[in-house]
Amino acid sequence: MAMTTVPQANLPIVLDEDFQLERHGVWKRFRRHRLALLGAIVIITVTLIAILAPLLHLQDPNAIDQVHWLGDPLAPGIAGHFLGTDENGRDLLARLVYGAQISLTVALFAVIMELTIGTVIGAIAGYYGGWIDYALMRLTDVFLSIPLLPLLLVLTAIVAASSNKAALGFWVIVVIIGGLSWPPVARLVRASFLSLREKEFCEAARAIGNRDGRIIFRHLLPNAVAPIIVQGTLEVANVIILESTLSFLGFGIQPPTASWGNMLANAESNMAIAPWVAVFPGLCILITVLAINYLGDGARDALDPKMK
Amino acid sequence: MRRTLEAIPLLLLISIILFTILHNAPGGPLAPYLQNPHITQADITRLEHNFGLDRPVWMQYLGWLSKVVQGDLGYSTSNSETVVAAIVERMPATFLLMGSAFFISLFIGVAFGIIAAIRPYTTVDYAVTTFAFFGQSMPVFWFALMMQLAFAVNGVTAFGYHIALPSAGISSMDEFNVGDRLQHLILPALVLSLLYLATWSRFTRSSMLEVVRTDYMRTAAAKGLGQGYIIFHHGLKNALIPVVTIVALSLPGLVAGAIVTESIFAWPGMGRLFYNALGVFDFSLLMGYLMMVSLLVVFFNLLADVAYAWLDPRVKYD
Repeated sequence: MAMTTVPQANLPIVLDEDFQLERHGVWKRFRRHRLALLGAIVIITVTLIAILAPLLHLQDPNAIDQVHWLGDPLAPGIAGHFLGTDENGRDLLARLVYGAQISLTVALFAVIMELTIGTVIGAIAGYYGGWIDYALMRLTDVFLSIPLLPLLLVLTAIVAASSNKAALGFWVIVVIIGGLSWPPVARLVRASFLSLREKEFCEAARAIGNRDGRIIFRHLLPNAVAPIIVQGTLEVANVIILESTLSFLGFGIQPPTASWGNMLANAESNMAIAPWVAVFPGLCILITVLAINYLGDGARDALDPKMK
Repeated sequence: MRRTLEAIPLLLLISIILFTILHNAPGGPLAPYLQNPHITQADITRLEHNFGLDRPVWMQYLGWLSKVVQGDLGYSTSNSETVVAAIVERMPATFLLMGSAFFISLFIGVAFGIIAAIRPYTTVDYAVTTFAFFGQSMPVFWFALMMQLAFAVNGVTAFGYHIALPSAGISSMDEFNVGDRLQHLILPALVLSLLYLATWSRFTRSSMLEVVRTDYMRTAAAKGLGQGYIIFHHGLKNALIPVVTIVALSLPGLVAGAIVTESIFAWPGMGRLFYNALGVFDFSLLMGYLMMVSLLVVFFNLLADVAYAWLDPRVKYD
């Protein structure tokens, strides 16, 4: 990022060396954080399993075991079902792996959307200031004041009511979550931009005649990226929890598509005879979210030791 | 004072946005009637006219607003009573659950935070921090299921006692009985409190750690005061100022967070009322509930600012 700005702003080459040194320091500090490293390993493993699912010779996650299933969930180990089956006789392990695909991709896309909206709104508000800032921040206040979970539930209920629950597809959930969770990002980016726009390099960039858009995205944004990365990482964990909560309550990803949340929706009624149906999907959520939170914590310490 | 006045346009803006969003639902406020085969298109048109739904949205909004300022949130079709009556009826149950969760989180959370902060980087500190990380990463609904599995489905036997708690509801019998109510309360209250307990203990720890390093703490120690006295009298007093803010800010979240807990434990509170209204799209009730929780957020934001300025004389607002 620093390289691209060098010819434009004509910065001394020393800055580039500083940047490299600093990057080295980031990696060093991050490695010191053992739990963050462990978190990264867990996330990479879970992601790889989700991506490589078709190669793992799993059973069809939506297929009912017509041969062995008699109405009650099959226990782990019976008839080749390593983790047993759910209440509909579908292989639990396969559903967990394919559920990981859904839960992780929903979170990834929703966070990308959230960071994009939040960054653009925060950058414009912070850079221009004045009435633009005032208007955008009041809008942000509005969405910060409406508690997120009930708002998400009402929006998904509207979609469900407008046709049927099957309309709550993958992208609908992504857009609803991503479109409503940006206010904290906007506030964060605005705060960085408010101080960055007063810096000399910003004034210099303006003085040599750069357009506003170029100053915002090429000069200021790279300097505001550290807190955005940290927030984005932690938001992935938040969105996994949000999506699974919506799916658990019946207003998220709809069956038969497996998501970690909706796999738990019917687990309660069978809990006395089939606790494994209730235990494993939640354990997947907990482990993944915990790993991401540790990673985010490590990233925060590594990227900016002053931040808390 | 200026901030108090700013809350009014904020609330108006919130209500306009919520009203617009909810009006985009097919059928809008008449959604429950559309599914009824005994209601003809002519009835719908007549109802639309009677409720003023054939007027432009902004006129309907003004109509709704003029009623709200008089304390009328409309009629809940799914509960066959006014929204205000439906919410007020469920308030005691939610407040009981919320209050219990609040006190559990506050006392245990602050205690954990202090213990971790006065022995930083020891086993105790790592245990508290790890617990807090687990608490913040826990999906609430799954924690609820696991608590039911552990304590309600089979019950646990420990030290010769068999503990089996009820998994749902607020009471076993019609007549009120404190012991019975407590048995029903303990699981949902624990589930609801976990997130806040974890958050507040982490927050207290870092706040306390900061205070421990200050000069006045060293002065107090140099004067020869006892460690307990220094921690509680000099340290805690200052460390809790930011904690008060966080606590005030998360109180409305406790109300909204109760949606999940109340629906799993069949707790007859406001959260479950809201959840049940979603499936049938009870317009007035959803609108009323969202406005109420948003009002709480705005109010507690203000309260947090006021409390902060009052507790810390260095902070001044215009």
